[in-house]
Amino acid sequence: MKRLPILVAVLRDPGLLPGLRLADWDLLLRQSTSANLSPTLLALIEEHGLLDAVPAQPRAHLDWVRALATRHRQAVGFEVECIQAALARVDGVAPLLLLKGAAYAMAGLRAGAGRLFGDIDIMVPQARLDDVESALMLYGWASSQTDAYDQRYYRRWMHELPPMQHVRRQSSIDVHHAILPQTAPVHPDPALLRAAAVPLRHAPGLATLAPADMVLHSAVHLFFDGEFDKGLRDLLDLHFLFLEFGARAGFWEALPARARALELERPLFYALRYGRRLLGTPVPDTVLDALAAAAPNRALLAVMDALFERALLPMHASCSDAFTGVARFALYVRGNWLRMPPLMLARHLFHKALLSKKQSS
Amino acid sequence: MLTVASLSRRQLETRLAGPGLLVQTGAFVSRIRSPIRHVADGIALLYGDYPIHGEDGFADFHVGLQYPGGLRRWYQPQVNFDLDGQLPFEPLPEAHAFPMLEWGLNWCISTRAHAYLMIHAAVIERGGLAAILPAPPGSGKSTLCAALVNRGWRLLSDELALFRPEDGLLVPVPRPVSLKNRSIDVIRGYVADAVLSRPVSNTTKGTVAHLKAPADSVARAHETARPAWIVFPKYEAGAVTSLTPIPRARAFFRVGDNAFNYSHMGARGFATLAGAIEGCASYDFRYSNLDEAIALFAALEAPR
Repeated sequence: MKRLPILVAVLRDPGLLPGLRLADWDLLLRQSTSANLSPTLLALIEEHGLLDAVPAQPRAHLDWVRALATRHRQAVGFEVECIQAALARVDGVAPLLLLKGAAYAMAGLRAGAGRLFGDIDIMVPQARLDDVESALMLYGWASSQTDAYDQRYYRRWMHELPPMQHVRRQSSIDVHHAILPQTAPVHPDPALLRAAAVPLRHAPGLATLAPADMVLHSAVHLFFDGEFDKGLRDLLDLHFLFLEFGARAGFWEALPARARALELERPLFYALRYGRRLLGTPVPDTVLDALAAAAPNRALLAVMDALFERALLPMHASCSDAFTGVARFALYVRGNWLRMPPLMLARHLFHKALLSKKQSS
Repeated sequence: MLTVASLSRRQLETRLAGPGLLVQTGAFVSRIRSPIRHVADGIALLYGDYPIHGEDGFADFHVGLQYPGGLRRWYQPQVNFDLDGQLPFEPLPEAHAFPMLEWGLNWCISTRAHAYLMIHAAVIERGGLAAILPAPPGSGKSTLCAALVNRGWRLLSDELALFRPEDGLLVPVPRPVSLKNRSIDVIRGYVADAVLSRPVSNTTKGTVAHLKAPADSVARAHETARPAWIVFPKYEAGAVTSLTPIPRARAFFRVGDNAFNYSHMGARGFATLAGAIEGCASYDFRYSNLDEAIALFAALEAPR
């Protein structure tokens, strides 16, 4: 592989930080901003006690970032409380199951430290969707997709309600009932995920997915999606989750079997492969061996390496080569391909490109 | 330290078109890149006094004014404001390139520099004490600011009051003052040696020209100032000059309404703003005559 971008090199080895020259800091901060990772970089610097070694100019930037990160952390806690209050009287949703960024933050995981995210994701049983939606509307959240086609598309085929936004605070919430669209080729059973969910000890009424499931959800979210503008952030989530959970007894041993049960071996394979290759994620050989059968064939793997190892880098001119644009586009097509069968995809894209536009103009 | 004026026009253009020109404005360094003549014109005319840094230096903002691709390069050319690969605004006609740079740089600060409580206001200083002029567009804030900084006051900023939460002091970002429509001629008539950029008409704000910041204000860009007065100016044709005190609680909310990042700052923002209001005398100010306005400002007394 080519030389890693400075941000990836630093995330892989924070020991590089004290040796950086001012021009390196300039590029590091630019790449971090592009990847939406500046607060994560700040958390890493503070975790390693290196803040005082940062030269004055980049340090001033880190102060700007700290204000944002502090505010973000407060806002997440507040939003989660508001959602809990809104859903307090809906049967069958307690404890409230948080996904992704909100889960990492509220569980106090390393992956949540400094992580910026736009919306809060929750998961509720499909049978409770109507009640949950009505309750959220009573508390001020409204569907932000107004187009009738989009509404129908989400409700019929997707694994979540159309995104809802609070009319006063503008905060967004995604209400999931599964982790993949109903049209996707595999169907991880939401009941299995709910049954294994773990209540948060220090935050009554909240729960997260079990460690293995959290990792698998993070992997499927990244490697089944078509947009990689936050790809490095999501890969870093996985890296931190593997580091933190990997130190717990039984995590690695149970992971391959759980991936099989949820039909998510391929995304787990990719998560481990690119985590190792880009960020140096430590993975036991036994786990790699257990997943060997989930790997694509040699030729396809070479193609996927070429695509992912471009698209997972920061979206910044200094991290792009002549093929980055092609790689991102190819993965965009792949992401849509994985979401639904070809005919349906054709109909969907036709509608989005021609009819939706016409209606909105 | 080297300044923009130390570069020949050719050197300036080479830097702008190539690796970028690193210009220091107060606490911020911007790397500016652009092949567009209007940008080089504006910088050569208005930024001569500002320090520059070497190509391998550190920049807070990496901005460019670039032509979009495609046919528009040749037919009614347009310009994009580029922040390190992001295009936050719609393209504008090529002739708007220099005002777009000024707006873009303000935007960079107001959306990023959250170490400060940032208020949309002009800030001027005299004898170590600062007057803050928060105001919506059309209130005559910039005209008043341009007149005052050419009559004994130092320019901290025409657009951005940066309060440092640690000590409540105001941090300068002296840059050209943006004048609109009739105020361009008013200031031409009022300031004998006014250096103004070529007026650009038909912008979203009407006709716009930028007034060069006084050299002394640029040289003192690292001297902070203590907030002493908050003055909400309002130009009204024919109005009698009047200064009306505003109760503190009301001043707090009115200044807060003009903040860029009050909600981002959380409790720190509240404490900083409260401290500023506590230490300042706040007024509504109506005027129609600049000489009377200048005399009134000269007579402002330091609050107890």
